[in-house]
Amino acid sequence: MRAPEPDPGPGGEEAPEATGFVERYSLAQQASGLLAPVLTAVIAFLLGGLVIVVSTGKAPWGVYREIFKGAGFDWFFPWVDQATRDSAAFNLQQTLITTTALILTGLAVAFAFKCGLFNIGGQGQYLGGAIVAVIIGWQFSGMTPFLHVTLTLVLGTLAGALLAGIAGFLKATRGTHEVISTIMINWIVIWTGVFLFTLEGPLQNASTGSPISHDVSDGAKLPVFWGDPLLQGLHIGFFIAIGALVTYWMILNRTTLGYGVRAVGFNPEASRYGGISVARNYFLAMFIAGSFAGIAGAIDILGWQYRISTGDILISNLGFVGIAVALLGRNSAVGVFLGALLFGALLTGTSTRNLDPETFPPELASNLTVIIQGMVVLFVGADVLVLWLLRKLRLSRSAAA
Amino acid sequence: MPDEPAVLEMRHVTKRFPGIVANDDVSFDLKAGEVHALLGENGAGKSTLMNCLYGLYTPDEGEILIHGEKVELGSPRASIDKGVGMVHQHFMLIPVMTVAENIVLAVEPRHAGILMDEGAAESRVREISEQFGLAVDPHAKVEDITVGQQQRVEILKALYRGAEILVLDEPTAVLTPQEAHELFGIVRSLTEQGKSIIFISHKLNEVLEIADRITVLRRGKLIETIGTEGATEDTLARLMVGRDVLLRVEKSAGSPAEPLIRVEGLSVRDDRGLEKVRDVSFEVRAGEIVAIAGVDGNGQTELIDALTGLMAVENGRVEVDGRDVTRANAHRHFQAGLGHIPEDRQRRGLVLDFSIAENLSLHDYRSPPDSRYGWLFPRQLLRRAARLIQEFDVRGGGPRTRAGGLSGGNQQKVILAREIDRDPRVLIAAQPTRGLDVGAIEFVHRRLIAERDEGRAILLVSLELEEVLSLADRILVMYEGAIVGEFPPTASEEELGIAMTGGGRNKGVAA
Repeated sequence: MRAPEPDPGPGGEEAPEATGFVERYSLAQQASGLLAPVLTAVIAFLLGGLVIVVSTGKAPWGVYREIFKGAGFDWFFPWVDQATRDSAAFNLQQTLITTTALILTGLAVAFAFKCGLFNIGGQGQYLGGAIVAVIIGWQFSGMTPFLHVTLTLVLGTLAGALLAGIAGFLKATRGTHEVISTIMINWIVIWTGVFLFTLEGPLQNASTGSPISHDVSDGAKLPVFWGDPLLQGLHIGFFIAIGALVTYWMILNRTTLGYGVRAVGFNPEASRYGGISVARNYFLAMFIAGSFAGIAGAIDILGWQYRISTGDILISNLGFVGIAVALLGRNSAVGVFLGALLFGALLTGTSTRNLDPETFPPELASNLTVIIQGMVVLFVGADVLVLWLLRKLRLSRSAAA
Repeated sequence: MPDEPAVLEMRHVTKRFPGIVANDDVSFDLKAGEVHALLGENGAGKSTLMNCLYGLYTPDEGEILIHGEKVELGSPRASIDKGVGMVHQHFMLIPVMTVAENIVLAVEPRHAGILMDEGAAESRVREISEQFGLAVDPHAKVEDITVGQQQRVEILKALYRGAEILVLDEPTAVLTPQEAHELFGIVRSLTEQGKSIIFISHKLNEVLEIADRITVLRRGKLIETIGTEGATEDTLARLMVGRDVLLRVEKSAGSPAEPLIRVEGLSVRDDRGLEKVRDVSFEVRAGEIVAIAGVDGNGQTELIDALTGLMAVENGRVEVDGRDVTRANAHRHFQAGLGHIPEDRQRRGLVLDFSIAENLSLHDYRSPPDSRYGWLFPRQLLRRAARLIQEFDVRGGGPRTRAGGLSGGNQQKVILAREIDRDPRVLIAAQPTRGLDVGAIEFVHRRLIAERDEGRAILLVSLELEEVLSLADRILVMYEGAIVGEFPPTASEEELGIAMTGGGRNKGVAA
């Protein structure tokens, strides 16, 4: 040990003077922790309520109450009667099925964010996983169920990983912006899928006369652990998503890979100085991000959809909602879970199936979710505003005291 | 001038942040026509105090009086209305707008209250700039004028808004010596016309030159307010740091041994194909500090990048401790026994959003004991950090503290700790004291000499001649990418200065 002479040095218990705005902002952000995202969501809901009043003249709390019920959260209340509980259980299962996919597509965005990349391609990666899963799940019908499920999930995951990996590779080697390349890849996947399953398409199930794939074989379906398998109960994919959250946290915080990804995300220049390959991490981060979205697609196919139609491909948007989930969840594992639950509940609660036209104007049904989703994205960008509001509140409180 | 009335009084100001008291019962006053310097190291609480005055912070305790009247300053707007003007260290100007537009921004003279009256704005700007001797062209775009002129625009902006009290935050940090000299002239003419000035600095000589009184802060506390007469750099340094400071480093004669880094015929081109380093050859031996002196932009940055594997070598050869690393990447260089204290500690030296512990493991996290088979052992990282924080006296946080939350001096200590703890044979230190205050500079200098005496080869690249002269055993001067001369540490600043500007080209090149 090269012991230095004791040296008081400068500073002492000095205050890191947060002189710059950005510094003060980040301090405030750390200090307010969960508060800011929660406020963001609350404001989005309040404004959504305003839209309800203005557009329909109905009381927003009635509508939100309806959404709450439609999402199945009644199930947690001990005082509801058995009939209500049964239907609540079913609704809650639907909420959690959607939450499962959203956790994974949220992670696909969050992981790339950690490396400083914006993965807009969650949708394409999700569909890539779904399309591969529907093909593999339909083929090999004689296989042992466990092997069949595993094989399908692995290949679906790989499909998402490779699609995102292309964008990562282009970013790493050619500097192609990942936002552009992932959007392009989204369209390639969507129209490839439509081509495959369209009428007379190479993989269309001709016996149905509809633009739809063959069903996956029974052995490839994920077991349902809550609810009726024939009525779309909750499948074990939910646990895979929970496992993915843990994996996400472990990779980032407990592996050298995660260290490199985060270092590059925070400061590519310092990473290069430290001998960390920026290009390699760009590729790896996208590859891993894509695998989360890929497995989401595969799980949805094996868990409850069992087949895919060209219509499904064109209207599906779970990959995009994943962006809002990651933004609201601040790319943390817990945040992504809560964000996915929120949007899962919104999507289920506003689906027309649960609609009570008395309190819930049909024209608002799914649009309200999109409005709230849009506001969340907007407000997360305007984080500064929320923090400023917080500061104002604190100031006026201290002035009043 | 004890009879002068105080235009500003800050009484017993205390400002706390979570975990720290940034200002602890600080009192400060400013008299009409006075230059009152606020002196202290980074993190001493100077900026916090001034942000209280400028309405950016609200003091937890204490009161502020302007012209004897107690004021509540909830926002910069309120402060401006009370006649306080602030010139920040980083200018708040809009580059694409003209000087006049920037100055009148937000308080534009208007036609009928709607359209900006450009003529009135310009003539008003001209009027003020003549009154105070601040020559600027109102038509020029801010992006086209020099830093010194931009600073004048900031001062004019404050005057235009009716500032009587002007706060200059580290105003000379961005200026050349010539521009600093001109600034002092401006400051004098402002005070002659009755303006009062608070001059924030940590540079002792300029404070002595410009201030009437000096208030010293240390660790958030008021240490003393003294008149400039009779004060010396030594007394000020002691007040600032709280102990005697060696402004000049003491070192014994070195005992150089075998060469540890050898550079032969090195040439480097930047990404535009320009030759930035031309046929450079030198070696640094164990137990020796070799300094590369030169005016900024003469190839020093590119030379370091090439030596540390961050930039491709065009021609030539680099050997570290007998191993050829000419074409190796940065990681290989570190493995070969090279330590590198980079020029820009915030952009390159640290990942500011990482904890101190994570930053300290930047080179080592890939191998045992930090990790095995790709699994990271955070506890090992924390253990190392705890040890190095103690050994290098890093203050302001523990292993889990975000590196960006540390003061500049402590950030540099983290880098120093990381590079030295790996026991490198060769240590490259690029501008290791840039932006640091006296106490931290002293720490870095002593540490570099201690490492030299441990038998490391140290290559120092610095723009500060004083630093070069006090640390180096040999001095190489770099000019336009080439090494144009070698000097002993006894050389005069003049001799070096001539070589640095291309005057000493016929001198023999060191081998």
